[in-house]
Amino acid sequence: MTSSSLYVKETKAIKRTKGSLLVAESIPDIKFGEIVDVWLSSGEVKRGQAIDISKEVTVVQVFGGVSEVDLIGSKIRCKGETLKLAVSEDILGRIFNGIGEPIDGGPSVVPEDYLDVNGLPINPAGREPPAEFIETGISAIDGLNALVRGQKLPIFSGSGLPHNRIVAQIIRQAAVKRKEEQFAIVFAAIGVSYDDAAFFMKNLEQTGARERTVAFINTASDPVIERISTPRLALTAGEYLAWKQGMHVLVILADMTNYCEALRELSAMREEIPSRRGYPGYMYTDLATMYERAGRIFGKGGSVTIMPILTMPDDDITHPIPDLTGYITEGQIVLSRELERKGIYPPIDVFLSLSRMMKEGIGAGKTREDHNNVFMQLYAAYAEGCNLREISTIIGAEALGERDKIYLTVADRFEREFISQGEFEKRKVEETLDTGWELFSALPEEDLKLIGEELIKKYLPKYSEKT
Amino acid sequence: MGKIWRVSGPLVIGEDMKGSQVYEIVEIGSEGLVGEIIGLEEDRAIIQAHEDTLELKVGETIRGTGTILTAELGPGIVGSIYDGLQKSLTVLMEKDSFIKRGAKVFALPRDKKWQFSPKVKVGDAVSEGDIIGTVPETNLLEHRIMVPVGIKGVIKEIREGEYTVEEPVTWLEDNGEVKELTMMRRWPVRKPRPYKQRFAPSRLLITGMRIIDYMFPLALGGKAAMPGGFGTGKTVALQQLARWAQTQLNIYVGCGERGNEMADVLYSFRKLKDPATGRLLQEKEVFIANTSNMPVVAREASIFVGITLAEYFRDMGYDVLLVADSTSRWAEAMREIGGRLEEIPGEEGFPAYLGSRLSSFYERSGLVECLGSPERRGSVTVAGAVSPPGADFSEPVTQNTLRIIDALYSLDVSLANKRHFPAINWLTSYSLYVDDVKGWWSEISPEWDVTRATALKLLQQEAELEEIVRLVGPEALPEGDKLVLLVTRMIREDFLMQSAYHEIDTYCMPAKAQLMLKTIIKFYELAQPMLDSGVSVAEIRSSPIVPRISRMKDIPNDTFEQRIKELWSEMEASLVAQRGGVS
Repeated sequence: MTSSSLYVKETKAIKRTKGSLLVAESIPDIKFGEIVDVWLSSGEVKRGQAIDISKEVTVVQVFGGVSEVDLIGSKIRCKGETLKLAVSEDILGRIFNGIGEPIDGGPSVVPEDYLDVNGLPINPAGREPPAEFIETGISAIDGLNALVRGQKLPIFSGSGLPHNRIVAQIIRQAAVKRKEEQFAIVFAAIGVSYDDAAFFMKNLEQTGARERTVAFINTASDPVIERISTPRLALTAGEYLAWKQGMHVLVILADMTNYCEALRELSAMREEIPSRRGYPGYMYTDLATMYERAGRIFGKGGSVTIMPILTMPDDDITHPIPDLTGYITEGQIVLSRELERKGIYPPIDVFLSLSRMMKEGIGAGKTREDHNNVFMQLYAAYAEGCNLREISTIIGAEALGERDKIYLTVADRFEREFISQGEFEKRKVEETLDTGWELFSALPEEDLKLIGEELIKKYLPKYSEKT
Repeated sequence: MGKIWRVSGPLVIGEDMKGSQVYEIVEIGSEGLVGEIIGLEEDRAIIQAHEDTLELKVGETIRGTGTILTAELGPGIVGSIYDGLQKSLTVLMEKDSFIKRGAKVFALPRDKKWQFSPKVKVGDAVSEGDIIGTVPETNLLEHRIMVPVGIKGVIKEIREGEYTVEEPVTWLEDNGEVKELTMMRRWPVRKPRPYKQRFAPSRLLITGMRIIDYMFPLALGGKAAMPGGFGTGKTVALQQLARWAQTQLNIYVGCGERGNEMADVLYSFRKLKDPATGRLLQEKEVFIANTSNMPVVAREASIFVGITLAEYFRDMGYDVLLVADSTSRWAEAMREIGGRLEEIPGEEGFPAYLGSRLSSFYERSGLVECLGSPERRGSVTVAGAVSPPGADFSEPVTQNTLRIIDALYSLDVSLANKRHFPAINWLTSYSLYVDDVKGWWSEISPEWDVTRATALKLLQQEAELEEIVRLVGPEALPEGDKLVLLVTRMIREDFLMQSAYHEIDTYCMPAKAQLMLKTIIKFYELAQPMLDSGVSVAEIRSSPIVPRISRMKDIPNDTFEQRIKELWSEMEASLVAQRGGVS
């Protein structure tokens, strides 16, 4: 994260400090957004960024907090740098901290280029619509919420739910699939516990994907302020690998809730007018500038797929963090505590989950011709069953008609046979769809309104087995 | 010419800026970043930068341009993809797949020659709004060149032939002074374009969506909002409007939304054909794409650029639909800018002028008599998405929007979770244009309002019955009520549900919608007497006619009328037979 500079300027006139902000006298020639060194009287050096510059004052945001800044003995030094990441193909297999310094004991990266961590917006006219199906081997995702390359699909989880295991399973089964193709994983740990970060790293090691992974680790004990830069570094690395090296990159950001908390902390320090629940009004735009870095581009071989993980505070999907995320991402995979309690893994709530890019990635030639119909019909049948389940809790299952009882059973089977699967079980998409058809056999045939007759004749077991 | 005094995010304060005006466009720093003056304090100017301000320094120069934010109007707009400031994204693409700051491109191509055909002769006296000539801009749209607002005179010379937008094609003489006119105009985007007179809307805007056209119609010149939580299908519904609405021009403003979805829209419009003319939709569409990761301030401008383009084509005498996805992102851009300016915030941090700014946008819709001759009427219809946080409609943007609009399509999370699309809730949506378009509908079918009212009444009844079902279960209901539930289910699933991705169902003509609903109501009327003769609802439900009704959607628009008549006679025969079998 360094770039050479020819001049050094410094000031000792620090007027006041507040939280991680330093207000100093105006530093001539400082650039907006410039990275500076803050020399404390103890001799320690911290990094900071100029976030407000004027003829009167310069406001510097110090990474890592400024509790021990001494107004008299400290000084700010400018070298003309802005936040940039040194990149080259050698970043694969490396581990960095939240400001891009190697923490794996290896040498620093010999840079091919320095990239602005904020990236540049992709021209909407240059985007190629995502359409390549990624087989994750998980039925609830492949069958009902298919993931495609270039998509941004978050996992909305709650504390204690197995989101890490699910993401590990996806990495294991999907990303590593095509050995001959150039793929890479960029993993950003944002304020997660040391154990969680270690779990991912170990998993990557076991799948043999370790040397194709770049990791940026900011654990819960690392400076809060660096959580702002961690995901940006990860995305910059991802973009470099995708657009310059032509790789298919999967970026995992865990856990974005910690990022948003850090953003709120920072905003409060800057005395900005808070919006909902104290989060800054620009949080939507801020998150969007990161998530929108996913995509495919005409004429470039690679792709950036983003899978952020976030824990919904109090399992509340209307909380600003999941809410704003849902407005930006192309769908969401939502985990359910109720299914988890029933012992179903992966506990994916298929009603709340959604993949907006799915229709482009499925169908004949991509998955199978009946995919969309199976998907629609499964939803309809399960919705009906769940509705009846709710009614039956009041009036008792016995008071239901015969047809209704069938739906109730199918809803239970759907959860046990379709959603539920082993953590190390990889289902092909055809197997997933066939499981759907098994369930349809239990339903009255005339109720299969969402499937054309031809497909019914071709795939419904009672016909397909005869032929 | 001034100097940077302060930089704080997109907010730049310049000094030595005497002589500047509010809303003037300035160029900042060595890269010439575009900004707009939004406030003046003695010799200081408060500027919002439309581009990223990273690496700017105090003391760098600020250059005034003397003009305010304007849109370029003329041949070359249709089919274009613009950013929020009307920069051509297709032209920028030629340089790079990423948008670099400081890049400058024109909205209208400067080198392209257009075939100009005069409509007036030398010696004619013309004034503002008069059509002086036409250009075949696309196969679907004739671009009408008008005398600019505030200009009049006698035609001294007018040339036929191929010209670029910068070459003069007409010379006017007014009080001894000669004026040159090219085919290009400029108009300040924040100022509504003038017209002669405004009328109440009276014609239906055909959208091809049954729940809109039939249940909650939108009129040409009307204004509608579509609020809904995430995942409720706002974008898909609005894209459907932009695709199939039977207008001469549709403008799609992607304001602070997803890049991939925008890419999908752009891609699909290059392939889809207009149902009325069979031509590519691209030939009647303008896109403004300011996705969520593009500069916030340009997002604020994008809505105004869009509505200005809409008004310009309206002035030619066309019906234009403007779709804005999403107005909440637009409001958030205002909040962000207001916050930077340290304005006193109103509700939830939004600026106190949120309501008036929203109405200044929606109120630019309308059906009008245009300025100038020949006499003509044009309309701008506006449909805006609203993205309420947590799907809570009590939030300020939704509430302020509800005060202005006349048709509400309220999207429902629970419908979306059941995959009922479009997830427009029939109990909470409304349209104040029902009476206005009654005359229009009566030409399609005199029964429209009766059938519509019957269906809405049944749906209301269903909502009440469902409360009871929750307590006593579906089996405990009397047969008559069970039949209502069967029929309303058909209305919901076989009529209101409509697939945006189905080749035929994606666009439904009003006449087909009328017959579809009529069929279901007819079914209800035929089934009622069967209950009296002892046939149970379970038996009626298993009738082979039920799945036939549910597949009505797949019948093409052109053969529908004949096929439905066959269905009716079969339905009568089959239900009568069933009734006979019991008694």
